[in-house]
Amino acid sequence: MEKINKVIIKEEKIDIKESKRREIISKVIIYAFIVFFAIIVLIPFYWMILTSLKTLDQIESEIPPTLWVSFKNMMFVNYLNALEAAPYLRYMLNTVIVATISTVGTIFTTIFAAFAFARLNFKGRDIIFMVLISTMMIPGEMFVITNYITVSRLGWYSPFSQTFGQALLALTLPFMTSIFYIFFLRQAFKQIPDELYLASKVDGTSDFKYLWRIMVPIAKPTIITITILNAMGTWSAYIWPNLVTKEVEYRLVTNGLRNAYLDLTGRVAYNEQMAAAMIVTFPLLVVFLLLKKYIMRGVSRSGIKG
Amino acid sequence: MLEKQSNLKAWLYLLPAMALLLVFTFYPLFNAFYLAFLRNYSYLNRTAEGYTLFGNFIDVVQDVNFKTAMKNTSIIVFVSVPISVMVALFISVALNSIKKLQGMFQTIFFLPYVTNAIAIGMAFAFIFHQDYGLFNMFLGIFGIDPVNWVGLGASWSTAMFALLVYTVWGGLAFKIMVFLAGLQNIDKQYYDAARVDSTPKWRVFSRITVPLLSPMIAYITITSFIGAFKAYRTIIGMFGPTLRPPGTLSKDSLITIVGLVYDSLSQADAVGKISQAAAASIILFLITLSFTGVQMMISKKRIHY
Repeated sequence: MEKINKVIIKEEKIDIKESKRREIISKVIIYAFIVFFAIIVLIPFYWMILTSLKTLDQIESEIPPTLWVSFKNMMFVNYLNALEAAPYLRYMLNTVIVATISTVGTIFTTIFAAFAFARLNFKGRDIIFMVLISTMMIPGEMFVITNYITVSRLGWYSPFSQTFGQALLALTLPFMTSIFYIFFLRQAFKQIPDELYLASKVDGTSDFKYLWRIMVPIAKPTIITITILNAMGTWSAYIWPNLVTKEVEYRLVTNGLRNAYLDLTGRVAYNEQMAAAMIVTFPLLVVFLLLKKYIMRGVSRSGIKG
Repeated sequence: MLEKQSNLKAWLYLLPAMALLLVFTFYPLFNAFYLAFLRNYSYLNRTAEGYTLFGNFIDVVQDVNFKTAMKNTSIIVFVSVPISVMVALFISVALNSIKKLQGMFQTIFFLPYVTNAIAIGMAFAFIFHQDYGLFNMFLGIFGIDPVNWVGLGASWSTAMFALLVYTVWGGLAFKIMVFLAGLQNIDKQYYDAARVDSTPKWRVFSRITVPLLSPMIAYITITSFIGAFKAYRTIIGMFGPTLRPPGTLSKDSLITIVGLVYDSLSQADAVGKISQAAAASIILFLITLSFTGVQMMISKKRIHY
């Protein structure tokens, strides 16, 4: 009897050893798989940075390309040249102005509309809200065509003359509100308990005051998310600014990327091109890493990324 | 209801958003249909020669680029989406099963989500550069001669391959985010039961994880189809506004349906072109609408396990 027991214990020990070994092997495979794809995800960023820090001669003479640049050989001057190749500082200023105007506008229109849908009771509320939601699946190109005509008819864009103010109107006004953000903020407002509202009514607080003193502070994380997403959207805008600006100086940062980057002898300056791409990408990465929490909140609710 | 109706006040709160939506969303929606049925419309002179039911749609279909655009869009949609959904699923399951460094890897995989399609497209174009690119260098390890992927006179198929690689790469982040959220919601009980029975890992994946995640996989696949039908910025990023490698013919263009819309819109001053743009956008709308219909049917049925 004892003998048999010992044998069983021994077998179990082998079994545990064996399963531990398997566990380790599968861990190694899983980590190798993840690391492999993590590298693939990072390659374009690394390639961009690496190329932006090489000299053009280095790029053209090293075949195959080297994968490292030592710090003392880093050509930070490429960034200065890239900034000069296109009116980048002007683009950044334009982008900041456009992002500020459209974001502030969006925040206000969204807060008011979301409040009406979440808190007030009016005729046709649910039907109107349904109609708004259903337009979210319509491709933006359908709106762009008529908006282009509208902006022209309003005199904000013409191929012959345009002031900066007119360009600003064309760039911001169509983006002063967003159905998705209204929907998003309404959800946040809805979670605020009714008791707060009723208590404030008893105290004689007006709706307007209640909205700004109670609801907006409670929904602050959502409002921050909207601000970030909207500002990042302006930073990456390309098609619309291209359509409705006459002067090159009225455009936004992303438009500058499609500039011709040539060196003095007419060669394509890949290093400056990549430096420009990096100038546009870097702020987005920094914002993402610092404010990941807020950005992810928006992601979980958005359906399609355009 | 807690409160009495307050119609006037509600409309005051709605006014700013509604006024903007009326001008820049609802009116354009109806106007797109109106424009698409006008014959030889000129928006500069505000003149048209009556109405036409299919005239502008026929113009779109007979456009030299139409067939190319349909072909390209279909390939982008039906090749890149299944691949990126599958890769994203594997990555998410792997990520979900580790503890150490999970946060760091998550951040890395989410990075492409926020980046600028034009800037990254340029980086990819340079990765696929014939002489100075990383991809040919990698192929060189296996003794493969450098390929002209996207350079001067590059063929349609190599350019499309490069574009698909970029599209899959760009689509991963969002899908991984959604899948990870879904995986974290799966009840741990199922996995504990599988462990007691010492079920092999791969069976756990195919019999527990995938079936429980199936509604989410269906949702992601269809929304990604819809998103991929609107591909345009990625192509501008890689190939510039001409939408094709330099020195190639228009039949080798990487133009998409959205590309057709903007192509017509860029010639808006010419008679009838804006109607053609509207017709193309309606075609795009109908395609995405049909996919939305499919999605609604699926989510109603709830095809779990």
